[in-house]
Parts: sequence; structure tokens; C-alpha cells
Amino acid sequence: MNPFIRDIILEHKEEIMETWLVEIKKFRSDDLLQNISDTMYENTNREFVNKLTHTIQKDKDEFQDDLIQFAERLIQLGWPLNYITRGLQEFRKITVEALSDTGENYCKSIEFFQEIENWIDDIVNLLVNQYSGSWENTVFLQKMALKELSAPLIPVFDNISVMPLIGTIDTERAKLIMENLLDGVIEHRSQVVLIDITGVPVVDTMVAHHIIQASEAVRLVGAKCILVGIRPEIAQTIVNLGIDLGKFPTKSTLKKGIESALEMTQRQIVEIEE
Amino acid sequence: MQVQTHVDIHSEWGIVAARQAGRKLAREIGFGSVDQARITTAISELARNIYLYANRGQIKIEEVTASGKRGIKIIAVDEGPGIKDLRRVMEDGFTTSGGLGAGLPGVKRLMDDFNLHSELNEGTTITATKWLR
Ligand SMILES: Nc1ncnc2c1ncn2[C@@H]1O[C@H](COP(=O)(O)OP(=O)(O)O)[C@@H](O)[C@H]1O
Ligand SMILES: [Mg+2]
Repeated sequence: MNPFIRDIILEHKEEIMETWLVEIKKFRSDDLLQNISDTMYENTNREFVNKLTHTIQKDKDEFQDDLIQFAERLIQLGWPLNYITRGLQEFRKITVEALSDTGENYCKSIEFFQEIENWIDDIVNLLVNQYSGSWENTVFLQKMALKELSAPLIPVFDNISVMPLIGTIDTERAKLIMENLLDGVIEHRSQVVLIDITGVPVVDTMVAHHIIQASEAVRLVGAKCILVGIRPEIAQTIVNLGIDLGKFPTKSTLKKGIESALEMTQRQIVEIEE
Repeated sequence: MQVQTHVDIHSEWGIVAARQAGRKLAREIGFGSVDQARITTAISELARNIYLYANRGQIKIEEVTASGKRGIKIIAVDEGPGIKDLRRVMEDGFTTSGGLGAGLPGVKRLMDDFNLHSELNEGTTITATKWLR
């Protein structure tokens, strides 16, 4: 930064900081900031404005690390990004006003405004990047978690596995169903797989198509598929759609499905008499 | 003014949103669970066709009344390539995408009234209505 600007900012540092602290308090009405304690708010404001003035005193590497750490802490605490962007806008406005009031001609020049602009823009970019990086990370982790939950194959007895499907089936999930079915059937040496669609809200032709393809693939690796949990209203819409599930073993409930799977593997559940 | 909902379809999320809007209105109008399932499935088919064949478009869902009857009307509009083989598209099993080809004939059976208008390079508009009995 131009040394003249740096010096004049440092000269007016106290005044800029005080005005900013007054202005930033007005944001407090912001919903997201309300459940932060007064002391915490005060302290963070002071720290923020100190960090901002440090950015012109220290060299780039040093203040960047400093700012990043500060942002990470705010992210952890759940402070809104809005606090940072508004805080910086306000800071720029106050700085420009304070310096214009000095009567220095240079402080009215375009070059001066550009210097201030660039200085603050760099900080905004750094902090916003930090925030969005953390969001992307969160979304990525949630996506992974969802993926793991989305099509589990559970071995319930020797050679019998169940895949309970809950929620909407989109193309990506349909792919997972197929992969997990085939991998699981081989891994658990399943002879019978029950696909439970009790929790699938809509069975349209795409979902039906995927289920048909999956059960054909299962047959090719030497196992059998039973479709269970077809709710009455779903059964009717499937018929209306003209989809013929006649070729596929179906059972109304998981319980009945498991009974027939045991039968197919020459086993049964018996009650023990005392 | 009767209820009307518009849902933009440009991703698979739009399909889910349109179905949810349809189920909600169908329930409010008083359709039973079987008809709710028919209506949502029809919306799903039309919305997916938009997404697959036209990339983007809109699903409009509205309450309608005629000669004392209440019903739900689904309008699927897109400005995509249009349907080439208009006659065969209503045959069971006709598909250009390796699908089941049961979507459009299925929607016709799921709903009471069905109307298809499509022009090459102009787009497709499909209207389907279900009446409350
Ligand atoms: N909105 C649309 N725009 C262009 N073509 C369409 C549209 N909807 C359906 N089609 C054509 O009609 C065919 C049949 O549609 P459908 O009955 O839903 O079966 P599927 O989607 O399984 O192919 C599609 O393969 C496609 O070629
Ligand atoms: Mg279709």
C-alpha cells in the first residue's frame, strides 16, 4: 500500500475504530447475531477492527494467516457471513469519510479511492473464500453421509439380505442401488435379496425400470430378488402405468418376504415348546 | 382466484418439488390416497420427460371446477424439440431413450382427461386433469 495512505490511516486509526464500533453495534438487531452475548459481541468487534488495521502494518503472509484464523473461529461459532461483509463495507465507508475530512487533497483523488477499494476487496475475498470453503466442505460431508445411508444391503440371515429403500429415488441413487446390490450379493453370498419399497413415496416408470433392471442383474449373479412393501395405492398406480410385475416375486410385507425367502433356502422359523 | 402453483423443471430436484406441490394440492382438494398417488405419479412422469427430453420447462398445477365437479389440472410446458412420432408416442412401450415407454400412455390412464400438443422445434404442452368423484 502507498505509504502516504498507510500513514494517514494509522494517524486516524483511533477515530476510525471508535466510529466503526459504534456503527457495528447497530447490526446487532440482525436475527442471527441476537443469541451472542454482549461481551462476546464487544470483544469480537474489537478484535475484528484490530485485525483490519493490522493488515496495513504487517506483511501479507502474516496478516493473511491471522485473518484466516479469525474467520475460522467465527465459522466455528456460527457467526453469519453477513457480519463480515457488512462490517467491511462499513469500515471502508468510515475510513473514506474520516480521511476525506482531513482536507488532504490526495484523499479526494481517484487513486486514493482505488487504493482503499483494493485493500478492502482483498480482505473481503479472503474471508468470503474461507466461509464458502467451509460450506462446500459441509455439503460434501453431508452428501457422503447421505450416500452411505441411501441404499444399504443388510444381511439378516445366512444367504438372505434386505435392502430397505427410504425416500426419493433419483438417477444417482438408482446407480447406487444397483452397485450395492451386486457387491453385497457377492460379498454376503446372498441367495435371496428382499428390496423393501415401503418408504419410497412415488414409484413412477423410471423407478420401476431401475428396480426391474436391478432384480434382473441380481438374477444374473445367481440370486433371487423379492420385491416387498408395495403399498396398496402404489400397486394400483403400477397397474395403471401398465407395468407388468408378473415376472417378479412380490410380497406385501417384509415379514412375508422373509418367510418365503427362508422357504426358498429350505429353512423355517419354528416355535420351541417348553 | 383458485390455487395455482408453478414449478420450474431444470434438475431432478424440480421433479421432486413438482410432485410435492401436486400431492399437497390433491390432498387439499380432497382426493383419497390412491388418487393422490396417481396424481403425483403422473406429475413425476411429465416432469421427468421435460427434464430428459427438453432439458427445462414448467409444471403448473391448479384446482379446476366444471359443472359442479372439482378437480386438479396438471399442465406440463416446455420449449424443447417437440415429439416426432406423435402417433406412436401413445403406444405402450414406445421409447427413444431406452426407458419403459410407459410414461405418456400411463399418464393418460392415471388421469381422466388428457391432451397432448406438440410441434417440432417448438415444444410440447401436455394437459391432464383428474376429477374428484
Ligand atoms: N416433453 C417431451 N419433449 C420431447 N419428446 C418427448 C417429451 N415427452 C416424451 N417425449 C418422447 O416420447 C417418448 C415416450 O415418452 P414416455 O411415454 O414418457 O416413455 P419414456 O420416457 O420411458 O421413453 C420419449 O422416449 C420421447 O422420445
Ligand atoms: Mg417418460
